[in-house]
Amino acid sequence: MSERLAKCFADLKTSNRAGFVAYVMASDPDHETSLDILRALPGAGADIIELGFPFTDPMADGPSIQLAAQRALKSGGSLRSALKLVERFRETNQNTPIILMGYANPIEQMGYDGFASHAREAGADGVIIVDLPPEEDAELRTQTAKTGLSLIRLATPTTDAARLPKVLEGASGFVYYVSVAGVTGVKAAQSGAVASAVARIRGATQLPIAVGFGVRTPEAASAIAREADAVVVGSALVDCVTRAVEENKAQDAPGRVERLVQTLSAAVRGARKKEGADA
Amino acid sequence: MDARRNWQDLPDENGRFGAYGGRYVAETLMPLILDLDRAYRAAKASNEFQAEMDYFWRDYVGRPSPLYFAERLTDHFGGAKIYFKRDELNHTGAHKINNCLGQILLARRMGKTRIIAETGAGQHGVATATVCARFGLPCVVFMGATDVARQSPNVFRMKLLGAEVRPVTSGAATLKDAMNEALRDWVTNVHDTFYIIGTAAGPHPYPELVRDFQSIIGKEAREQILEREGRLPDAVVACVGGGSNAIGLFHPFVNDESVQLIGVEAAGHGIDDRFEHSAAINGGRPGVLHGNRTYLLQNADGQILEGHSISAGLDYPGVGPEHAYLNDIGRARYLSATDNEALDAFQLCARLEGIIPALEPSHALARIGEIAKEIGKGGLVIMNLCGRGDKDVFTVSEALEKRG
Repeated sequence: MSERLAKCFADLKTSNRAGFVAYVMASDPDHETSLDILRALPGAGADIIELGFPFTDPMADGPSIQLAAQRALKSGGSLRSALKLVERFRETNQNTPIILMGYANPIEQMGYDGFASHAREAGADGVIIVDLPPEEDAELRTQTAKTGLSLIRLATPTTDAARLPKVLEGASGFVYYVSVAGVTGVKAAQSGAVASAVARIRGATQLPIAVGFGVRTPEAASAIAREADAVVVGSALVDCVTRAVEENKAQDAPGRVERLVQTLSAAVRGARKKEGADA
Repeated sequence: MDARRNWQDLPDENGRFGAYGGRYVAETLMPLILDLDRAYRAAKASNEFQAEMDYFWRDYVGRPSPLYFAERLTDHFGGAKIYFKRDELNHTGAHKINNCLGQILLARRMGKTRIIAETGAGQHGVATATVCARFGLPCVVFMGATDVARQSPNVFRMKLLGAEVRPVTSGAATLKDAMNEALRDWVTNVHDTFYIIGTAAGPHPYPELVRDFQSIIGKEAREQILEREGRLPDAVVACVGGGSNAIGLFHPFVNDESVQLIGVEAAGHGIDDRFEHSAAINGGRPGVLHGNRTYLLQNADGQILEGHSISAGLDYPGVGPEHAYLNDIGRARYLSATDNEALDAFQLCARLEGIIPALEPSHALARIGEIAKEIGKGGLVIMNLCGRGDKDVFTVSEALEKRG
């Protein structure tokens, strides 16, 4: 596993709080603005960054991230330019882990070995590939193991007890629990169901558990932060970019994302304290 | 070529045809496609399921479709005898219903209560809406908004049959986006929904089960030609978009090594780096899309390109993984025909045989003369006439006017 990621979760454990994971799309709305967004995230309270790289056919994403991918492609974004962003981000930040998230085909075209070594050299810490289930990720797994990138697997409401070991075998970094059966950013996660799913996964692995896909509000983030080791928010952040672009104020996107991350990360940080105070 | 191999044994248990195929789907869908795989194995072994298929194929679809000797076309080219497998005479006017029937019977066995499908030109959408009406299941068809606008008669047919047509505006709003949207719906409605995929692509087991359901075409053709001519044909020929009609014709002949398997892709405005074609094998590279690894139209960064064909049914940036494999091992070969060549063949077939073909098989027709001459007099060729051209008459009239 990447040391940055290991240290991040160790620190979170020490301070007895969940981490906040911010998902944004590389090159959305354009390369330079997305670099500004990335640079603003750690200061606003993001403990980990998930950086999406664009694909024309994002079949597991809802409308928000679909639009983000289209904007990114239109501005010339690609897997290569996403790696370039990581490299530039690392010029000023050595601590915040970055996880690359996207679909298999851009990696297939770059080659799994080339991808893993470029990603590692650029300063990425892990990778989540939505359409590479355990049955299909052998090539990626070989290369991530060789380079020390974490291979983060997804568990979902349809991953039953019989299948869970298959998902966990070979996983590293953390487990990403997809809290709803659906695409990103559409259905809302039910905290009760999430709690029992997190407990079930915890019984089967030592890895930290991050929860995402249906989390948009500070209330939802806070509820999940009581159960999970990290909370992921993506579509809500990406929507800030969408609105800024629609109002012809793309330059405001970094500030808008920053403010929302402040609110959400504060809710995550305060979640267990509040619970302690109530009790 | 590996002469000892039994090609009919593919795919393997992981859904692989050599390097192609597989199950490249989100984890949420994995348990569902594993479940579908188990259900399909059980159905395949069930006599009752087979009897049900046979009944509906005969009395509802109108199978077996005839094998017709295209005598005037044969005389015109002066080469091998040309036979048409007449799947355009099926209920709904194309081969698509063979597969829809199989999948909806499977859905019923699995206790699924809601059907979704994607469609480009609307032929698969109409066939799906048809079987949903027959079995009383609600049906949602995803169709690119661009296609909804240019295929309005089929949109109306689907609505008449009780289906809901949902226009898809994401991406370029065509077939591949409709397929993305259907996958998104499936991932959201995992418990009650069955996704009827229309072509021999998608995650395993779809390429296999679509092939098996469409293999009725080749099985019948093989029996019919043996009865008529007392021997196997020298070549079987079909158009290839995703490739479901072609794999259905090829599969029962795949171990007959004397029989050439020939696919014809859509070359659109020509196969070059403008990518104004839909010839994934002739003009694409291997990659991963819609759950399988196969040949795709894509740029250097792995972004999928739209492509083009005058035939909406061939206008897809990928091809079924079994075709990718048959191409690489040299068991099948894949030619192509441009929009203009297909238009010429469309007219020739109408005038010489009194059959108005769909634009899809018009691509196969465009190469049939050369193939018949190459094989020569005394030879036998079967071409799958997989759809009728009623749906295309306006497109053709417009294109001919433009061409002048």
